[in-house]
Amino acid sequence: MNRRLKKALALSFVWLMLAITYVPILVLFVYSFTGAKVLGVWSGFTLELYAKVFTDSQIMEAVRNSLILAGSAALISTVFGTVSAIGIFYLRTWKRKCLDFLTQITMINAEIVTGIAFLLLFVMLKFIPTGWPTLIIAHVFITVPYVIMSVLPRLGQLNPNLYEAGLDLGAGPLKALVKVLIPQLIPAMISGFALAFTLSLDDFVVTKFINGNVSTISTYLYNKLTKKGVQPVLRALSSLIFFAVLIILIVINVVSARRARNAQKKAN
Amino acid sequence: MRRISFKRTYFAMPYAVLGVLFVIVPLGIMVFYAFTGTDNSFTFSNFVNFFSKPAMIKVLFRSLGVAAITTVVCLLLAYPIALILSSSKFNKSAILILMFVLPMWINSLLRTYAIKIVLDLIGLKNAYAAVVIGMVYDFFPFMLLPLYTILVNMDYSLTEAATDLGSGSAGTFFRVKLPLSLPGIMSGILMVFMPTVSTFAISDILGDTSTYMFGNIINQWFGTQAGWHIGSAYSFILLVLIAVTMFIANKLSGGKAQPTGAGGNVL
Amino acid sequence: MENGKLHEKFDKIIEIRGVSKVFDGITVVDNMNLSIKRGEFVTLLGPSGCGKTTLLRMIAGFETPTSGQIILERQDVTGIPPHKRPINTVFQKYALFPHLNVFNNVAFGLKIKQIPAGTSVDKKGRTKEVFRKYTKAEIKEKVERALALVNLADYGHRDVNSLSGGQQQRVAIARALVLEPKVLLLDEPLGALDLKMRKDMQAELKAMHRNLGITFVYVTHDQEEALTMSDNIAVIKDGVIQQYGTPKKIYDEPANAFVADFIGESNILSGTMPEDFRVVFCGESFKCLDKGFARNEKVDLVVRPEDIDVYKGGSGKGQLTGKVLSSVFKGTYYEMNIEANGYEFTVQNTDEFAVGRTVELGIEPDGIHIMKKLRTANEYITEVTGENTVAICGGDFEFINSSGLEKGTRVKAVVPFDAVELTDDESDGVIGGNIAQSLYKGAYYQVQVYTDDDNDFFVDTADEWDNDDRVGIRIPPERITVTAMEEDDAQD
Repeated sequence: MNRRLKKALALSFVWLMLAITYVPILVLFVYSFTGAKVLGVWSGFTLELYAKVFTDSQIMEAVRNSLILAGSAALISTVFGTVSAIGIFYLRTWKRKCLDFLTQITMINAEIVTGIAFLLLFVMLKFIPTGWPTLIIAHVFITVPYVIMSVLPRLGQLNPNLYEAGLDLGAGPLKALVKVLIPQLIPAMISGFALAFTLSLDDFVVTKFINGNVSTISTYLYNKLTKKGVQPVLRALSSLIFFAVLIILIVINVVSARRARNAQKKAN
Repeated sequence: MRRISFKRTYFAMPYAVLGVLFVIVPLGIMVFYAFTGTDNSFTFSNFVNFFSKPAMIKVLFRSLGVAAITTVVCLLLAYPIALILSSSKFNKSAILILMFVLPMWINSLLRTYAIKIVLDLIGLKNAYAAVVIGMVYDFFPFMLLPLYTILVNMDYSLTEAATDLGSGSAGTFFRVKLPLSLPGIMSGILMVFMPTVSTFAISDILGDTSTYMFGNIINQWFGTQAGWHIGSAYSFILLVLIAVTMFIANKLSGGKAQPTGAGGNVL
Repeated sequence: MENGKLHEKFDKIIEIRGVSKVFDGITVVDNMNLSIKRGEFVTLLGPSGCGKTTLLRMIAGFETPTSGQIILERQDVTGIPPHKRPINTVFQKYALFPHLNVFNNVAFGLKIKQIPAGTSVDKKGRTKEVFRKYTKAEIKEKVERALALVNLADYGHRDVNSLSGGQQQRVAIARALVLEPKVLLLDEPLGALDLKMRKDMQAELKAMHRNLGITFVYVTHDQEEALTMSDNIAVIKDGVIQQYGTPKKIYDEPANAFVADFIGESNILSGTMPEDFRVVFCGESFKCLDKGFARNEKVDLVVRPEDIDVYKGGSGKGQLTGKVLSSVFKGTYYEMNIEANGYEFTVQNTDEFAVGRTVELGIEPDGIHIMKKLRTANEYITEVTGENTVAICGGDFEFINSSGLEKGTRVKAVVPFDAVELTDDESDGVIGGNIAQSLYKGAYYQVQVYTDDDNDFFVDTADEWDNDDRVGIRIPPERITVTAMEEDDAQD
């Protein structure tokens, strides 16, 4: 009895916390279907807010910019991070320690400090125009540590002679990299890309300091949210983003679970 | 004779060079700004500016306090959840833990907006409480994930051995599980404390001037060209704070604490 | 070596010349010298961490020597990257490409390889070599032939991850052999296989070596594997080749206690040599086949367990009396531990002697192998033959007679190993001899020369000499230390 009670208590705590996690999202979702300006008032079901999202040129531009920025930064970051991780993996002694430290700095550092540091750098390097170039550079460098951190463990699992086997069979260093190492790293690169992509989408602090005239979802939201009188259209936009992320994550999980199962089947 | 001209370690060279340029040099410039005045001459005046203003020091301590409270609340809520979810009885599928950490992947401003709506609905008026609740809501998954990871990977035979040696379930927990999960606790603390101490967006959205954080102050200094040097000095103080926190955390957990970032292990 | 004749006589495919490798201040390979003849099966044998794999990796090109040269077919390849060397490797854990099937693993190198396709003349009238790639049909044919060679003819489409360890091993071999390398390097290729599979693969590898005529360089820590498969074995310890020779030579005449211990089961004992052909150990005197040691010189000696005969106690047939401590049946023989005069011997015999029984042990002269304890210098008990000459090994060598020794004085002549000079032309030396053995001692070769009067000369030399080479021996006068013998000593 006591044990069953304990279990029930534990379970209800878990569900309570889950509810707290998702209730705000659900509230947002529910009220995205009504046009009322004041929250908590239901003025009838309508899709008008959603229509507004797609006709609001500011929102559309921010979404487009965010996707382009996250996509290109994550792509560069994945390639750059993977190649760097390979180099770092084979480094020893103090050189390895230095680069590990470099990787850690951005991950540990406060975003605001990173943002300010970039701002000051780009002010000094006047030849890099503020806007897209500074955004892409900054986003690459705040996401590349995460790509490195997802590729490095995979390298550790590989047969240590794989790359050498490529060289041994006549492939030059670059060819061995592309034909032997990269294919083994693809799963790690994909998760590195996903990580870099979301981090870039999520970033607001660094972006805010160096975005110039380029607005992203984050800067758009910040500008709207810090103003008095939040616009109802944000409810629809937020719901859309929530569910887009949710669907993407579910798809990734299902796919990776299926792949893991297939790999297991193959191994047997 | 041609020497072997290429080594695999060379692949790290662009990262080393560009990393110095885009990570180390900017921080160096920031330090330069922190120790110079608008005329670019060396000065401590930016730091004097901070330490001579009790209001500024108060803001710093407020930031530390809010971050500490947020961290403790997150830990107290997340540890039981991690413990329950990591036990074999509940861990039949990892779907529950996945549900908990999914919000990590959603833009934090959006999550803050969502909690703001709920707080508005229940009519919470206390700005402090709003900011803390918002931070806990935003950073809870970052505490849960490292705790869950370390508990679920814990060698089960250790707890069995403890029980076998006559330790009760409470004794087992305090003598075996809790000490062994210390690195996870440390990672969680770092991943919550460090961002919350420097954040400004959450207090901008959920709070008012009474909940101004250190991050808000820095942000404000950078709003004016003249404030860059002072703002850099404040950032430098934050940087030192982070370094000290990292150092203490590393000492406490034997070098195992890692702020591993936004949960790459979940996917 | 400046001697042109040697190149013709011995077709060396690989020469390791004074190669050292230092990792983070630790010397892993210490001034190694080794030459491998075309078509040989050479094994680098030693305990883990002895530097054998590092040496192999330097031959393959994965590591660059810190100093020294690696010569392949008389060309210095020290700085040539691995993908440009006509050498292929079979890795310890196979290192098959997990993303490719069996066929594509084997075809990997063929798809990259550039092959000569005659010459063409460009606009300016210069002839240029033209290269092409293998055609699909050629690749298919070669891969299929290689797979058939390793008995995996129908496995081309298979996923490499679905293969057993032994099959993966075969794919790795096929992948290396399909490129028709001049040298095949094998890095503990059988280490991950179970015993039965290992035995089968040993036989198959040996057969492949015989049929293909390719030089095999094989790394292992398994002495049994080395003894059964190799033409020559280099026993390596602490980055230094301890002995290089045929399995029989290394087993029967280990160069030092380490080699004796590492190769096969052995009893290693300390003894003294009161005179030629006689050694005292374990409190008894034994006949042996070794000579050329100083009187009462302390020596190491090795006796193989199978070379010790066991007789019933009281039979009077053996030299030592002992007691059986333990006995284990090993399939075809009994392995017994027998204590005699406080020494414990491991003995193998087809007859069992019960534990506790008193037995006699007999060792034939050819069962005892004497090894010098750390040698430091050549010493000869001889006499002064002239105003400033001394007789050494049947020749008169000049020395600096500073203490005015008279002709006919019994003296001890000491010649450090590095003082001896060997000459290509026998007539350039004071005496002549044949090279008996070369031992790699790191910074130099320690060469043993049999002189014509059946004495031994040990020589430290930077040059490499082949067994049975005729050489002349010279010694600079100032390097010979001659001291008069005490009267008592001289009478012995």
